[in-house]
Amino acid sequence: MKLLSLKNVSKNFGALKVTDDVSFTLNEGEALGIIGPNGAGKSTLFNLITGSLNVAAGTIEYDGVDITRSSAAARCLSGIGRSFQIPQPFEKLTVFENLVVAASFGRNLNEAEVTDDCVEILEKTELIGKANAIAGSLSLLERKRLELARAMSTQPKLLLLDEIAGGLTDGECLALVDTIRAIHKDGVSIIWIEHVLHALNSVVERLLVLDFGRVIEQGEPQNVMNSPEVKKIYLGIDI
Amino acid sequence: MIWVDTVIQGVLLGGLYTLFATGLSLVFGIMRLVNLAHGDFIIFGAYVILVLVTWMGLDPFLAVLIAMPFMFALGYVLQIVMLNKVIGDEILPPLLVTFGLSIVVQNVLLEGFTADTQRIHAQELQIASVDLGVATVGVLPLLTFGSAILVIVILQQIFYRTSLGRAFRATSDDPVTASLMGIKTDNIFAIATGIAMVVVTISALYLGMRASFDPAIGPARLIYAFEAVIIGGLGSFWGTLVGGVIIGVAQVLGAAVNPEWQILSGHVAFIIVLLVRPRGLFPKAGL
Repeated sequence: MKLLSLKNVSKNFGALKVTDDVSFTLNEGEALGIIGPNGAGKSTLFNLITGSLNVAAGTIEYDGVDITRSSAAARCLSGIGRSFQIPQPFEKLTVFENLVVAASFGRNLNEAEVTDDCVEILEKTELIGKANAIAGSLSLLERKRLELARAMSTQPKLLLLDEIAGGLTDGECLALVDTIRAIHKDGVSIIWIEHVLHALNSVVERLLVLDFGRVIEQGEPQNVMNSPEVKKIYLGIDI
Repeated sequence: MIWVDTVIQGVLLGGLYTLFATGLSLVFGIMRLVNLAHGDFIIFGAYVILVLVTWMGLDPFLAVLIAMPFMFALGYVLQIVMLNKVIGDEILPPLLVTFGLSIVVQNVLLEGFTADTQRIHAQELQIASVDLGVATVGVLPLLTFGSAILVIVILQQIFYRTSLGRAFRATSDDPVTASLMGIKTDNIFAIATGIAMVVVTISALYLGMRASFDPAIGPARLIYAFEAVIIGGLGSFWGTLVGGVIIGVAQVLGAAVNPEWQILSGHVAFIIVLLVRPRGLFPKAGL
């Protein structure tokens, strides 16, 4: 069962093609990893899927509906959640308020109905002790956890993770990967952009490689990593 | 004793300036929109109340209750059809558009009501006073100041106790991320402008009962509002109150020394605060 499918999606900033004829599908319950060098257009691809940017050409279909021209808020309501590469919490709100805002507006419920869910997500993401802290005061790991927690509180069917493991120590990274794996096990489909490959490959079932906005390879992680073209472009190894 | 009396009058006048400034502060705090037509909207609101009072014979306080939803709707629609289209990373487009609005509002009022000065009549309220022991103060200035406090308390409750308030703060923090969390930012901005227009209506009532007005005096009210907002720290409501009171006290003290110094001393106080605290007195308290 297809959850998300991009067909010939392109985007350019002026003369620069940042997304060039990208097509792929994600099945329900699947976890897809996206890798590629810096500037390959990975985050732009997320912006196109969430509706922060509009595509120049092509279509995006989600859950059987064409969402190419839907607003960002509408896409969130239909179940697409994301975390940012550079954590962007609402700095002046508390951790709990960050979740409550996302949960109530992202699911169109009133605040009383989402309180329990928010507490549960804070427990799962190990942020419960920081519930009343101002988000602007959090450490990097806590900010990354908050990114994940806030995205989760909109109850997404599709979760987009943008380099959530970047900048963390190995121990912190492992703990975060456990949380993500648990979320995936609960049936949430995931697209995960990541440079920390061992973290990525321990969760995703399929990899997609972007370079200069184009899909150059996709398939099972092991096969993709062994492809000579990927090694050359992504790892800088000439074979 | 005369000085105590003067300071009290200044504080109460500060209540009126706080009301002028709160709407401006609210809109700036949430969407970083500097509304140059704010003063003209206050005058517009005063004419709306004037029409209800003189043509329909309503009590001014009843008239303001009727004017409030009308002004809210006006603000909401204005934001949806015009202002939402110009706010963004560029600071110049909203400035130009609201500057244009300011001219349009002034000229519409000039066409409709001529340049004659008008006043909202409130019978005995305008001359009523109470003896506070240290000073005798007018009931109208007291009501004005009380309304300013009430408006700030209500806005604080909305901002920190309600779902709408959290959406305001989240959108103020980062509109792009807020929209990814399902918040319809266009709608949130429109509600904010609507609420600002309700505060504008309240300030219009007290402006119109306190002194006479004509279509051209909006920009001067905008200046007082700006000064109060900047003294307080942009986007902070209680800071705006302090800013309003500082301007009010400075003006009344200046006038007590020499009547020609009233307006000047308000501006001088503003400049002194800016020199000492360039980011306002409470820069961290903002939205």
